[in-house]
Amino acid sequence: MTIVYDDTSEDTGSVPVRRIKFTINGKKKIAEVEPRLLLSHLIRRGLALTGTHMGCDTTNCGACTVLVDGKPVKSCTMLAVQVDGHEISTVEGLSGPSELHPLQEGFKEEHGLQCGFCTPGMMMAAKALLDENPNPTEDEIRWALSGNLCRCTGYQNIVKSVLWAAEKLRGSEA
Amino acid sequence: MTTQAVDEIKIGGIGASRKRVEDDRFIRGKGNYTDDITLPGMLHMEILRSPLAHARIKSIDASRAWEIPGVHLVLTGDMMATRNLAWMPTLSYDTQAVLATDKVRFQGQEVACVIADDPYIAKDACEAIDVEYEPLPAIVNPTQAQAPGAPVIRDDKENQPDNVIFDWEVGDKAGTDAAFERADVVSKLQLHYPRSHPSPIECCGSIADFNRATSKLTVYMTTQAPHIIRAAVALVAELPEQMIRIISPDIGGGFGNKVPVYPGYVCSILASILLERPVKWIEDKSGNLISTGFARDIYLDGEMALRKDGKILAVRMHTESDHGAFFSDAQPSKFKIGLMHSAFATYDIPFAHLTARGTYTNKAPGGVAYRCSFRVTEAMFFQERMVQAAASDLGMDQAAFRRMNFVKDDDFPHRTPFGFLTDSGQYAKCLDVGLKAIDYDNFRARQAEARKRGKLLGLGISTMTEPLGAGNSREYDILGIKMFDSADLKVHMTGKALLRTGARGQGQGHETTWAQIVAHELGIPAEDVIVEEGDTDTAPFGMGTYASRSTPVAGAAIAMVSRKIRAKARKLAAHLLEVSEEDVEWELGRFYVRSAPDRGVTIQECAMAAYSNMPDGMEPGLENTAYYDPPNLTWPFAVYIVTVEVDPETGVWDVLNMVAVDDCGVRINPMIVEGQIMGGLTEAYAMANMQFITFDAEGNCVGSNYMDYLLPTAWETPGFELHSEVVTPCPHHPIGAKGIGECAAVGGPAAFVNAVIDALDGLGVRNIDMPLLPDRVWEAVTYQRDVSGAPPVRGDE
Repeated sequence: MTIVYDDTSEDTGSVPVRRIKFTINGKKKIAEVEPRLLLSHLIRRGLALTGTHMGCDTTNCGACTVLVDGKPVKSCTMLAVQVDGHEISTVEGLSGPSELHPLQEGFKEEHGLQCGFCTPGMMMAAKALLDENPNPTEDEIRWALSGNLCRCTGYQNIVKSVLWAAEKLRGSEA
Repeated sequence: MTTQAVDEIKIGGIGASRKRVEDDRFIRGKGNYTDDITLPGMLHMEILRSPLAHARIKSIDASRAWEIPGVHLVLTGDMMATRNLAWMPTLSYDTQAVLATDKVRFQGQEVACVIADDPYIAKDACEAIDVEYEPLPAIVNPTQAQAPGAPVIRDDKENQPDNVIFDWEVGDKAGTDAAFERADVVSKLQLHYPRSHPSPIECCGSIADFNRATSKLTVYMTTQAPHIIRAAVALVAELPEQMIRIISPDIGGGFGNKVPVYPGYVCSILASILLERPVKWIEDKSGNLISTGFARDIYLDGEMALRKDGKILAVRMHTESDHGAFFSDAQPSKFKIGLMHSAFATYDIPFAHLTARGTYTNKAPGGVAYRCSFRVTEAMFFQERMVQAAASDLGMDQAAFRRMNFVKDDDFPHRTPFGFLTDSGQYAKCLDVGLKAIDYDNFRARQAEARKRGKLLGLGISTMTEPLGAGNSREYDILGIKMFDSADLKVHMTGKALLRTGARGQGQGHETTWAQIVAHELGIPAEDVIVEEGDTDTAPFGMGTYASRSTPVAGAAIAMVSRKIRAKARKLAAHLLEVSEEDVEWELGRFYVRSAPDRGVTIQECAMAAYSNMPDGMEPGLENTAYYDPPNLTWPFAVYIVTVEVDPETGVWDVLNMVAVDDCGVRINPMIVEGQIMGGLTEAYAMANMQFITFDAEGNCVGSNYMDYLLPTAWETPGFELHSEVVTPCPHHPIGAKGIGECAAVGGPAAFVNAVIDALDGLGVRNIDMPLLPDRVWEAVTYQRDVSGAPPVRGDE
């Protein structure tokens, strides 16, 4: 994988390029990137994984939330070079080839989304919560998702969606 | 006779809480939003914006930007002017600068654009453009705008000697004056509804793709109204309409923000035509918040004439609205201040008079209908705040005062104080459901008891009667295009169907709900109907989705086109059953012979016959289109009741309970309707609690990012209890539905404010302007006075 820029100048050496290695959704990748490239742009444009959305560019809305080594990170304010040697998960990695992740099912079952723009980030933040706390209270869910903005739903159904997923996940492990 | 009709709920018809079909792509990250689209050879555009609110442009030097490798084009106002594109018409018959030529008139105004290989390069190049400004005094509110000697913001316009855009009035002045003469009590209220931004999480953007070989222009665009955009491009750019294709892909929220035509769209189109390559423009959040459609920003001043027994005799209102630098209200009515005069539609009031003045200021163009049917939010807010103040002045119970003055169930159709014709509702019944749910009587006892312990509890009631679903075409149009909508239904030979409408959903679940209307009308299972919207080359002409008009207008068109299909299917059924058409009866999904009900054919069998076995002389196929011009608006009603506790030490208030009773007529998909209500309630809470955009005395926008422009998160958003017991079908809508998307955002804010004011009862506080920030509430409690939220006036400090 690499990012190609048009060679429009005689002095292409002026743009420094760093070579990074990382894993995304279980697949190992190598990329050559400008040091200032944002992780969200590496994911969206470099890897064409457009499920990670960009809403605010300032770490407020959480639409771009991905997991880096299992921790939720807003990828619009992390540089691509910072994931060198690390592991990234995006919404595209949530489901298997035939089976949805319980969070994905839960969001559909409980009408946890409307326009769908915040949904991938919301589900990734929820996944980080459920990985650590398989049986969260409503307040714990609200707190864990308080870095992710939704303008459509009023959150009530998002909370229900996460509770739905938590219950299903606990059931599948029992 | 035992029916063989299909079970409507099982096939996902009306009343089924069918899970959403659009979710399947969104939960997988497979949505297709504008920024997700990549075209071969695509370039990227960034906009340079003005740092000043009001300044003359002395010079623009873009030479350093042109030299940056990867830059293909730098557009400035002068270049736009050579193509007559420096200015464009607005939806309110004004003009708006595309790229500034003479002056900048608000902070964030578009000054230049760079088109480059990469957005990073384009942004670098924007920084390399040198603009020399000569600052001018900024005007940030209507008072300043009308002060003697105020600088004229729109000196580009002939016949514009000052900053006043319009003076407008409606109602019966003489009757109102006379009623005030007779009044026992006159109650007064003055307030400011602050400027707010709809702020969908997805910003605006477009990808213009002009193909020189075919002369076809395709534009992917975040627009709620693709056909209006096509018409605007055809009329403004004078391109042939058949060569323009507007595609509105998945939209990451709209709320009114994505109705207007923005300069970025125009620039990306011109750039693509000049460069003959696709040009993508994706706005960043600051650009979105400081330059695109604001809402509200209006001063409301009014008084109510009352008889001492509580009867409302008349209402007088005056509004001063701040429209920013360009009058670009995206509203289709003939009324200058939108549907402001829907105010007091809930109550039986004989006389009313409204005067409205609009002014230019050095702020971004305002007046979009943010989850609101064109100023209805302000109208209903004023109505319910005024009613609370009046009841309080009379010493009457809030609920009893409302009930006494409500329009009664058998008074419909009812002429509202300003002349609208409402057609249906059960207002008192909704109020009763709400009061019971909030346990009204016991709450008043708890409130009194808590007061003794120094705790401030409050209860706020708000009701709303919203005019939704523009138009009828007699009174509503955009640039002369009448406000109808459309549906096109193609039933394939296997009985599966493709439905297209002129609306454009942004999260409302059209792909799910529209199929349910077809299922209801034809008995075709909803899962057999695919719904498409947003592509002007394939969708029938329609006016788009805003003002809660999709179900009232496009939804009606879907029912009507389904009925056209059924009428033809009936002929096919008669042919298949070998009886005359008059002998054929319909039950859901099936025609049968009246005298022999077991002899029947399904709608699917009729569909097959339309392609394989039609009677002699019948046109083959089973397709049709319906255009629907509603006879009236739809008039949903709602009661919202909130209880709060105010902390007098900090001014922080918490919601204890919120009850919402919405009567929106027939609910097609109850799950989706409840989702709309909860979303609206959250925006109501946001406006009452934290969400506003203000400006300093120099016209700097304070609130240009989500650090400063506060939106509620899952943490602070309260829970809501929804009630759907009251259903008053719309008498003129083919399936009895009314609009719902905005009701809670329209009626909700007053409930929260009324609750906080109620908690401060006895402290002499009549009004605190929204948002009720802790410092404002603390000031009101501590100094026992009203707190205004009006923006600063230069020289005040």
